[in-house]
Amino acid sequence: MPHDDEILVRAADLRKSYGEHEAVRGVDFEIRRGEAFGFLGANGAGKSTTMRMIGCVSQPTGGELEVFGRDPHTQGAEIRARLGVVPQDNTLDGMLTVFENLVVYAGYFGIKKKVAKVKAAELLEFVQLSSRAKDQVSELSGGMQRRLAIARSLINEPELVILDEPTTGLDPQARHLVWERLFQLKHRGVSILLTTHYMDEAEQLCDRLVVMDEGRIIASGSPRELIDTHVTKEVVELRFGPAHTTELAELALTLNGIGAQIEALPDKILVYTDDADDTNAALEARKIHPTSVLARRATLEDVFLRLTGRALVEDEA
Amino acid sequence: MSVIAYGAARASLKSSGALLNRNWVAMRRAWILIISGAVESLLFLFAFGFGVGALVGDITLPDGTTISYTAYVAPAILANAAMMGVLAETSINVFAKFKWMKVYDGILATPLRPWDVALGEVWWALIRGGTYIAAFVVVMGAFGLLDSWWSLLAVPACVFIALAFAGIGLTLATLFRDWPDFDWMNAVVFAMFLFGGTFTPVEAYPAFAQPIVYIMPLYHGIELVRGLSLGQLGPMMFVHIAYLMALCLAGMWIAQKRLAKALYK
Repeated sequence: MPHDDEILVRAADLRKSYGEHEAVRGVDFEIRRGEAFGFLGANGAGKSTTMRMIGCVSQPTGGELEVFGRDPHTQGAEIRARLGVVPQDNTLDGMLTVFENLVVYAGYFGIKKKVAKVKAAELLEFVQLSSRAKDQVSELSGGMQRRLAIARSLINEPELVILDEPTTGLDPQARHLVWERLFQLKHRGVSILLTTHYMDEAEQLCDRLVVMDEGRIIASGSPRELIDTHVTKEVVELRFGPAHTTELAELALTLNGIGAQIEALPDKILVYTDDADDTNAALEARKIHPTSVLARRATLEDVFLRLTGRALVEDEA
Repeated sequence: MSVIAYGAARASLKSSGALLNRNWVAMRRAWILIISGAVESLLFLFAFGFGVGALVGDITLPDGTTISYTAYVAPAILANAAMMGVLAETSINVFAKFKWMKVYDGILATPLRPWDVALGEVWWALIRGGTYIAAFVVVMGAFGLLDSWWSLLAVPACVFIALAFAGIGLTLATLFRDWPDFDWMNAVVFAMFLFGGTFTPVEAYPAFAQPIVYIMPLYHGIELVRGLSLGQLGPMMFVHIAYLMALCLAGMWIAQKRLAKALYK
């Protein structure tokens, strides 16, 4: 098959099973050069497994996969030489200092020590860790370790950087620092592939994304397209004091006809609407008085909820 | 199973050299650990060679030659030192890097392949084992225990021992589940040290026990080193070398398969 140089990754009916368990159940996607591509989905949706297959550290059990037009099955090392990988658990070398982590890693790509040292210093500057160069990895905070892992992934000037949950477990300030660096990379034209279960992350960073659920892709497009296709422009969140699950489900019935769709959650009711003011007026007319009313624009979180009936981040908060 | 895990032929020296470099950078702050390993072997030499040797005096070998007991025991302790150095490096250290520190998880996301890792670890173990061997041979020479020029060949002979146990250690590191497994390894190692021909010729054991000794890798190592340091050469030496090399290659092959299976899942 002729290879289009602008397509970095191509998957067709890609599958991965561990024994009886099917982690990835036939996914199709293409990642183009220069774009930031995201996999959005809850934990266990099969995102990391897909990332590992693209990173050539996991063998597909079915379907087709091409990375840089090559076959991960037989050309894994060649592909890995052109990738930058930031795994979920960083996999930094705990026996080395911050600076050594970069220089030694460069050695795995056959980069000469002299060049590696210059590159390492530049990258530490880029991720704002220059002052920590001589520290042991264990002395760094979670956010700093993630930034070091990002710096490390860039040491071989990769054509595609793969980040698995780049800000999971980081505090808000550390998240923003990571996002800012990733924006910079995007601006430099580096192709980025990331997984996330944070809809704000996907919305901010991704040009194009796929929504994954239970090993399948259930929607794809730009964040804007996904919102336009699957939900209304605005969402009105209604809370009714201490009322929860069953009571809210009953209350939701009384809202029939208001807005385009109604979704009762354990702690609130969502009304999907194209005009929040109309919805408020309709509530007033029916003499329904929630304890709080919040009108906001629809997000990817709402898309996910509409598509799966579940929230993206369920166990946190 | 894994096709991502390439064959030995494709593992380049350069890739394994990168892992060697990693170990060097990681360990250069901890040279004291390596020195301590050499000291241990020297203590054995003093205790058994000079302590016990002074009581035993000269012994007569099965072929009729008479030598001092210290000269008889010293090559075996050298062989033991060669074994211990690499075994500690490949089994315990590789296990820690593999299971605890997850060092290889990061490495196998790079162009390095399991074979490169196995090869790099063997290089490194040889360097560490080599420092023990060199220190030991110098001490043997200083005490007049090297009788002929042949005895200089004890050094390359020790390299074969180191290779065999590097392979064995790597395999054990990938098979072991937790630290208690190392107690089994230590028990077997100690049994080899006691009964592998260190202190008495294997002919002194009852007939039924002799085949067990012949299986012990350390026995072949001891015979090789002793034969060379005493200048007693024979065709059996090729058997010893072949056995040790086979263990090295088998060990590396199993280890890289296990690494690939565990990390390329």
